[in-house]
Amino acid sequence: MSPTAPPGVAQEPGIPDKGPGGFAGSLLAFADDLRQEGLAVGTSEILDAFEALEHVPWSDQVDFKEAMAATLAKSPEDRRVFELVFDRFFFRAAEAEAARRRITEGGRGPDSPSDINLDTLRQQIAAALRDGSDAALRDLARLAIAAFGQSEGSGVLGVDVQRIRRALGLRAEPQPDLPDDDPRRHGTPREQLRRFEQHLRRELERALIERTASLPPKRPLNELERALPTGPIQDLAAVHRVVAQLKRRLASQGHELKGRKRHAHVDVRRTMRASLETGGVPITLKYRPRRPRRPEIFVLCDVSTSVTSASTFFLSVLHALHDAFRKLRSFVFIERISEVTEVFERERDFRAASEAISKDAGVADISGYTDYGRVWEEFLALIEDELHPRATVIVLGDARTNGRPPRDDVFAAITAKAGRTFWLNPEPRLYWNYGDSVIAAYERHCTAFECWRTDQLEEFVKVLSRSSFSR
Amino acid sequence: MGATEPASVEDVATGLERVGYLPGDATALVAFLATKLGKPVLVEGPAGVGKTELAKALARFMERTLIRLQCYEGLDEAKALYEWNYRKQLLRIQAESDDAGWQAVQDDIFGEEFLLQRPLMSAIASAEPVVLLVDEIDKTDQEFEAMLLELLSDFQISVPELGRIEARTRPVVLLTSNNTRELTEALKRRCLYLWLDYPRLEHELAIVRLHTPELDDRVAQKLVAVIHRIRELDLKKPPSIAESIDWARTLVLLGSSDIDRDTFTTTMSVILKHRTDLDTVAARVGVMLDPAADAA
Repeated sequence: MSPTAPPGVAQEPGIPDKGPGGFAGSLLAFADDLRQEGLAVGTSEILDAFEALEHVPWSDQVDFKEAMAATLAKSPEDRRVFELVFDRFFFRAAEAEAARRRITEGGRGPDSPSDINLDTLRQQIAAALRDGSDAALRDLARLAIAAFGQSEGSGVLGVDVQRIRRALGLRAEPQPDLPDDDPRRHGTPREQLRRFEQHLRRELERALIERTASLPPKRPLNELERALPTGPIQDLAAVHRVVAQLKRRLASQGHELKGRKRHAHVDVRRTMRASLETGGVPITLKYRPRRPRRPEIFVLCDVSTSVTSASTFFLSVLHALHDAFRKLRSFVFIERISEVTEVFERERDFRAASEAISKDAGVADISGYTDYGRVWEEFLALIEDELHPRATVIVLGDARTNGRPPRDDVFAAITAKAGRTFWLNPEPRLYWNYGDSVIAAYERHCTAFECWRTDQLEEFVKVLSRSSFSR
Repeated sequence: MGATEPASVEDVATGLERVGYLPGDATALVAFLATKLGKPVLVEGPAGVGKTELAKALARFMERTLIRLQCYEGLDEAKALYEWNYRKQLLRIQAESDDAGWQAVQDDIFGEEFLLQRPLMSAIASAEPVVLLVDEIDKTDQEFEAMLLELLSDFQISVPELGRIEARTRPVVLLTSNNTRELTEALKRRCLYLWLDYPRLEHELAIVRLHTPELDDRVAQKLVAVIHRIRELDLKKPPSIAESIDWARTLVLLGSSDIDRDTFTTTMSVILKHRTDLDTVAARVGVMLDPAADAA
């Protein structure tokens, strides 16, 4: 590093002034950052963090980070957000400080593109990825940027990162046409690729801050980064765990209500019987047990290819919850609708049930694309007489009509007859109403949930069971 | 006071190692902070990664008694905090019969002599500092959690008849949870948080070595590699550290010098506890252990 300032840089407009309060001030700013990303960091947590730092050498990065995490992030989800915010915050803080003191990394020196043997570089990077050395990766990322990044930067970091990765010939899939000793031949693990991309992004960002002498605006974390790696619904094992929990929770909810004596009705017959012991004086009152009302549920589940993974997941949940509800009728649909309640009752094993459904439900007609309009009509015809204000209808689908008429008028008729209607959409809310998704038309008549992570499903089941018991 | 008061994170790390527990970076640090700040630690993580074991090791290392409260659904104050020794009270009353006034008897029978101490009470009333383990806190209901709050933040228990009982010594408190339900914010707020996950490969290898030094090095390496491979699959119950150690012990008992396909299929049931998991693993991992695949 050379301490010389690049010529022509005036008092930078883009670097925010250093916050007051030195070290403590920075920590508070960090806590504030965490709060903005949705962590519940209270004053007591911050006090704890300060207290912890009195006992831990804050110059040790691992200890410092762990001490902060132990006091500020109190669930695996929070921990993940914490890591991301930690990296972002201290990277930006360091860069801002460097820019403030005008420390730059000097000229390109020996790293000018012509000096780098591209083939060797590719090999080196692939080898470092395989060995997983972080420090080496960081250096190589800088070399790679020097080699490929300078001349034709697009200005968008993400695009540049991908362009450099492609130029290096790094792929997750095996590349059998490469020579035997090439480390890229068997493909690079995705996790490693992602790490390398992070390094690239970071280094590009650093170079950008140096060039423009201003901090780019802070980028809020998006949903996909936030989710734990095991978050998506495709992870069947996680689903099983959630289902087991839900069952237990539903079961205990029932008990709670049974034990509650408020608004209980006196059971006259049993009271009189008990009064025989006391000579006909009804000293002890007997109450009628309160039975939790179990809702009748109709479930419609899209099983077309666009939502395959989600519907497997959803059906498995319903399958497991079968005994928590008094009456649960399940239907699957693509172009037509078909009742599968019996299949679920017969098959205790989920795998067998889902096989049976895909084999003989006969829901695909010609095209195999979902036809919501037709499904609503068939459903209404089939079930009209059984819908009543205590019935709950749950629809799982992405509301992608493939250009066919959505017939939300028929859907409205269904929701008017049923007590409650929920829509679970396995797509992130971000994609709703893009392309052929017409969820907005249906959302007017029902409550729609996004449901592509297990915790969202939990949230939904909470809503479902809470309101059904209190009604 | 306790015999061992750690002075630094390294102290804790080496100390725990000495008593047979290999902590990760975060684990040692949080354990250290717990002793320094006097705050309870909430330990979460999948089953079998050594949450309970951490408390035991901590007790051994700090040379303190371990008091354990195993939580379950329906656990209440009488079983966790204290209970009046009803029979003894009755006897006392009968022994006194007429000659004592009501006030005297009442003062008498609600004394500490008639208090049955349950784990939480004995943890804070103990003359020597202890390690208190509240195991599987997620199994209890929220009401019990709320009751714990007084204990966790102020280390005191209110007994209506006696008044406040304050801790004579500060216990190190560990709460473990398998994350089967979300704990309340109020509880989390009072705790340090430690997430114990499956360890990295080298770390687990060290753990297995520590517990079964008789096992051949090469076998141990292969064992850990296989376990890690299995954890990547979608299983109902992925094998944890406890299972790795069990498996290592099994292999030592059987005198196996290598993990080949046969050994694997015969001993697989040590690490997998579900019928469907067994099938999945047999299909996906068993093949990998073929001599042919080994050579490639």
